[in-house]
Amino acid sequence: MISLAGRDILHGWGKFVFTGVGLGLLLGVTLVMAGVYRGMVDDGMALLDNSGADLWVVQRDTLGPYAESSSINDDLYRGIRAMPGVAEAANITYLTMQVRKGQQDVRSMVVGVASGQVGAVPGWPTYLTAGRQMTRGHYEAVVDLATGFKIGDQLDIRRNGYTVVGLTRRMVSSSGDPMVFIPLKDAQEAQFLKDNDAIWQNRRRTEANPAFNRPGVPGLLNAVQASQSSNPYVNAVLVTIKNGHDPAEVAEAIRRWKRLTVYSRPQMEEILVGKLIATSARQIGMFLVILALVSATIVAFIIYTLTMDKIREIAVLKLIGTRNRTIAAMIMQQSLALGTIGFAVGKISATFAAPYFPKYVLLVPIDSLIGFMVVLVICALASLVAIRMALQVDPAEAIGG
Amino acid sequence: MAGTGIRIEGLRKRYGSGDTAVDALQGVELQVAPGEVIGLVGPSGSGKSTLLKCLGAVIDPTAGRIVLGDEVIYDNGWQVRDLRALRRDRIGFVFQAPYLIPFLDVTDNVALLPMLAGVPNQEARKRARELLAALEVEHRAKAMPAQLSGGEQQRVAIARGLINRPPVVLADEPTAPLDSQRALGVIRILNDMAQQYQTAVIVVTHDEKIIPTFKRIYNIRDGITHEEEGEGRAVL
Repeated sequence: MISLAGRDILHGWGKFVFTGVGLGLLLGVTLVMAGVYRGMVDDGMALLDNSGADLWVVQRDTLGPYAESSSINDDLYRGIRAMPGVAEAANITYLTMQVRKGQQDVRSMVVGVASGQVGAVPGWPTYLTAGRQMTRGHYEAVVDLATGFKIGDQLDIRRNGYTVVGLTRRMVSSSGDPMVFIPLKDAQEAQFLKDNDAIWQNRRRTEANPAFNRPGVPGLLNAVQASQSSNPYVNAVLVTIKNGHDPAEVAEAIRRWKRLTVYSRPQMEEILVGKLIATSARQIGMFLVILALVSATIVAFIIYTLTMDKIREIAVLKLIGTRNRTIAAMIMQQSLALGTIGFAVGKISATFAAPYFPKYVLLVPIDSLIGFMVVLVICALASLVAIRMALQVDPAEAIGG
Repeated sequence: MAGTGIRIEGLRKRYGSGDTAVDALQGVELQVAPGEVIGLVGPSGSGKSTLLKCLGAVIDPTAGRIVLGDEVIYDNGWQVRDLRALRRDRIGFVFQAPYLIPFLDVTDNVALLPMLAGVPNQEARKRARELLAALEVEHRAKAMPAQLSGGEQQRVAIARGLINRPPVVLADEPTAPLDSQRALGVIRILNDMAQQYQTAVIVVTHDEKIIPTFKRIYNIRDGITHEEEGEGRAVL
């Protein structure tokens, strides 16, 4: 038996191809939406991978340093480093801000990394694509390629200027903002140090406060003002574990003795995926549902219209003894073929368009496979309306009168 | 089954019920011998199409008897279980418009019926080409229906109606869209094919050009058939 659907498609291939392209662009958007979600998850995982940490020590009862603000004293790392099972502990700061270069600025995550041996101290960029790591204690920066900065560029971060000495790749925040690595002391300043006017006004307020400016206590005012202009805080301490030690046991010891909150890698993944991007994921999920419904409606309408165009032929086919299942199969095969054409166009367009999106779009094969299956199911369901109509066609319609 | 005819006895068809009931057929009597072509004529609303639909097993008669060859297929109820197979294998249809399947070429339009009956594609196409050759349209075997003239399309439609060698062919105004020459050509073909395949052919028509060609005519009025002698004019 010949394929009636195949012959019909070949006969009206232009109609099918153009309809398939239209549907394909819609499916391409759907695939990109799924890719945006995957990209967000991957950005989160990249953030954790790039930190190089096994444990994150943060302010007690917070979800820091990525999902909530966290502030702990910058001397805590020494005590943590001395605990059993800890290989290395290093302070880290994270600050999302606009990093300026001349008249342009780029949304970035500024990461303050503690000094030490590269590769041993967590938090440093693990590899460079060009240039070198920071070697000075101040005013040097390593930036992600996505910032668009080049080696030798001069950046402005708050009050200070920095020279780009190295470039790295896929070092991004959970929001996809590219990272700018600077020395920890500079980052602490950038986070807390205010401009000159604010400092001056703050000093005046402190001076006017009788609690801090007591005539009988010389030196108190100077001490208070000195404490206000320095920043002894960081956002977290990154910890690596010695081989053979259980991260859970080390984390429990830190929690118990340092009275801080400690997250392991799985816990941090749960925070990033389950909490930080959960709302965005639900938003994307809603879009995917809407796009699926729109796709189904379009396919149903197209197949219904194509079937309506063939009512007389269907009546003739039924009159001359064609089985209902043969007619139903013809309509369903056309619907599936339309879905396949649409998916191919969508996959190709999504693949070519993904690099041009400002945020990372990760198209993974399993999503494409699931997407293809969903498209086939949608097309099969969408064809049911047309099949029902075709089966109701009276073969007597082929006979006039 | 080729070589058998069709006999209709007291066929009735009532649409609706009660006060609104309409008796479209009121005891039709009709018989067509194998190899014979008869005309079925009558004004609009006389019951021609209803009779054709009953004979084509697409609507159920209300009462009566239909004998196809030696087999009673309807006797106050269908006697065959699979009406679809009955239409496919034992009744040929030729319509007012050819109604060829636009996405199949000429050969496959004709070969589709045996294919539906389970005949292998190659065999079905071979039979189709033989029939197309007999109808002198073999040279258009690969053409699509839209590329054919009206006469060619009607000949292909006749080939489709005859491909399964049915004992009866129902032709519904097969010459309506054609000029005199082509109309007479179609009747000649139907006569030739009826003779060749010993098929009974019932031609429903209004066409004054072809009515004189029938040897026997059934005139249907108010759902009752009246047999008349035709001129039986030869078609050259």
